[in-house]
Amino acid sequence: MNIVTLGVNHKTAPVEIRECLAFAEGSIPEALQQLQQDVGLQESMILSTCNRVEIYGICEDVEITRNKLVDFIGTFKDLPAAQFADSLYYYCDQEAIQHVFQVASSLDSMVIGEPQILGQLKEAYALASEHKATGLILNKFMHRAFSVAKSVRTRTKIANSAVSVSFAAVEMARKIFGDLSDKTVMLVGAGEMCELAARHFVNQGVKKVLVTNRTYQRARQLADEFDGSAIEFKDFHSQLDRVDVLLSSTGSPSYLIKPEHLAPALKKRKHRPIFLIDIAVPRDIDPATNNMDGIFLYDVDDLQDVVTENIDHRKQEAERAEALVAIEVEKFIHWLESLQLTPTIKALHQMADEISRQELEKTLSSFPDLSKKQQKKLESMAKAIVNKLLHQPITFIKEHSEYGEQLPVEIVRQMYKLNDFEQCKQDKSS
Amino acid sequence: MMFSSYSLLLTGALLCYMLGMLAGFVQIYRTSTKTSKAENWLITGGFILHLTAFAWRFWESGAFPVTTLHESLSCFSLFLAGIYLWISRTAKVSILGAFINPLTTITLLWSMLIIQQVKPHPPALKSLWLPVHVIFSFAGNALLAMTCGLGIMYLIQEHLIKTKRISNLFKRLPSLNQLDQLSYTCLSIGFPFLTLGIITGSIWASLAWGSYWSWDPKETWSLITWFLYAALLHGRLNSGWRGKKAAILSIIGFVAIMFTFLGVNLLLSGLHAYGAH
Repeated sequence: MNIVTLGVNHKTAPVEIRECLAFAEGSIPEALQQLQQDVGLQESMILSTCNRVEIYGICEDVEITRNKLVDFIGTFKDLPAAQFADSLYYYCDQEAIQHVFQVASSLDSMVIGEPQILGQLKEAYALASEHKATGLILNKFMHRAFSVAKSVRTRTKIANSAVSVSFAAVEMARKIFGDLSDKTVMLVGAGEMCELAARHFVNQGVKKVLVTNRTYQRARQLADEFDGSAIEFKDFHSQLDRVDVLLSSTGSPSYLIKPEHLAPALKKRKHRPIFLIDIAVPRDIDPATNNMDGIFLYDVDDLQDVVTENIDHRKQEAERAEALVAIEVEKFIHWLESLQLTPTIKALHQMADEISRQELEKTLSSFPDLSKKQQKKLESMAKAIVNKLLHQPITFIKEHSEYGEQLPVEIVRQMYKLNDFEQCKQDKSS
Repeated sequence: MMFSSYSLLLTGALLCYMLGMLAGFVQIYRTSTKTSKAENWLITGGFILHLTAFAWRFWESGAFPVTTLHESLSCFSLFLAGIYLWISRTAKVSILGAFINPLTTITLLWSMLIIQQVKPHPPALKSLWLPVHVIFSFAGNALLAMTCGLGIMYLIQEHLIKTKRISNLFKRLPSLNQLDQLSYTCLSIGFPFLTLGIITGSIWASLAWGSYWSWDPKETWSLITWFLYAALLHGRLNSGWRGKKAAILSIIGFVAIMFTFLGVNLLLSGLHAYGAH
């Protein structure tokens, strides 16, 4: 029994190939059925996002399965294998487990630490389990992957810093104002970038949005989207004292906002700081304003630098995350191995022997004058009881695992708490 | 024997403060709840040892122990640690310790370098007004030291934001607004204490020396300091002084405090001489 993963991602395949291989949600149930019938996977699931297409499965023979999977994709997608075979990666067992844990923890993402992938993985799993394509191993595997992802997120700072220009603007604003809920944001110009940044600000608690634009109509429109108010373009300078954060992205060829506009505004607002964000190229705001006390000016390049810095930081955190993943891979492999028949039977015997030995000792100590022969008799009786009691469960799991079923093994392990027992023994011996 | 127990307690406190200070520095480079907890426990532990030493000295000498330079420095350090613990517990400002605990440590270290045996007190110092005057003054001074530390933090953070340097320090320092607000809070509590310190001092002076105000250097300088802070508070309340301007003034104000507290005694002479002089 082996875990395998086969797929392509943004690193191995360009978007032209990825879009050809992607599985639409509606086609996945049928694909899962074929994976079971034609490829012979005991359990399977399909993860298909814009950055990756991956099939996870449980199989008996790793190499045969690989070829069958490639054939399956070729027929299902109606593509010659030569077109995509070079972009595929194929992992089994330890590597497969490691890969999936990394995917779940967003260590394999284009933007490391982005949060969507975990949700996508959960959906893919839900779909597969709804169609009864998953079983004991994939169920446990996925739940483990989700919990690894969660602990990576909480124990490292992988997702803590902004990695988009518009979010970096919010992050800087927080460093100036702290709480943003009572702040006012003004949009000068109604560009797309401005709108995106404004949306981030509103999501972070900003309630007041002012919009100004050369065409008042457009300003009105955008203001309505944010429940804000529109301002005539010719008047906006006189409103600067109300503004805490100003986002500018007009097509103006010369500076729109200069120190002489800000000086009276600052005075009027009792020198509470103003954060200016200039997203326009050519720039809208005179760089000299950054020298004024209480004015903080960031342009697109400055924000891009913040983003670059943050991405470096995420990469450092990713190294710490890899260490966490490695430990979890180890643990999961241990669990998989426990599903094998031989160690389970061995553990079962050891546990039962231990119990009978302990009980025997108790009994013998209360009858000190038994003869050697009588003692022997008692011992062999205990042994016989143990063996007879164990006979049925052992035959039961032996029979089932001949058909490749691991569930009975897992049930027996849980019934007798064999995992705890093994852990205990390991702790004692180390 | 007693003397050595006292210095042992102080050494323990100093060691705790030093390690706490180091834990504070470590947090600039990497935050973890472990170091932050360690810092908190070390400063708390240091404070308890220090307080015990202070009580010991009080009991030993029979008078509120601020009569020598050694005792005064130690007492100021004790107030700094206490006020820091209080502020850091209520305000939750990250890495504040890295900016305050060095002052606490240096003050106690200096105090230990000039440690002395208990000496008989001049009769003027055996008064209930002494502890009252000193407690108000030192509580005020320690709060204004916080204002100064927060001012330094503000100036650094403001500089980092203006010059767009996204360093570790930038990430750890709190927002400008939080620093400014807390600095204002410390000022508005510290200033009344400073005022009460001067008033009680003047009442005590009238009882001990027969006049409320005699323009000796310490009195003059404390008045200058008081005016500086009065101006800062007034500017904050009425003229919208905040941010950088307020931060710079709070640093200047604290320099004046340190001069009033130490410079006057070490450089000028007057009625307020410590027993050692």
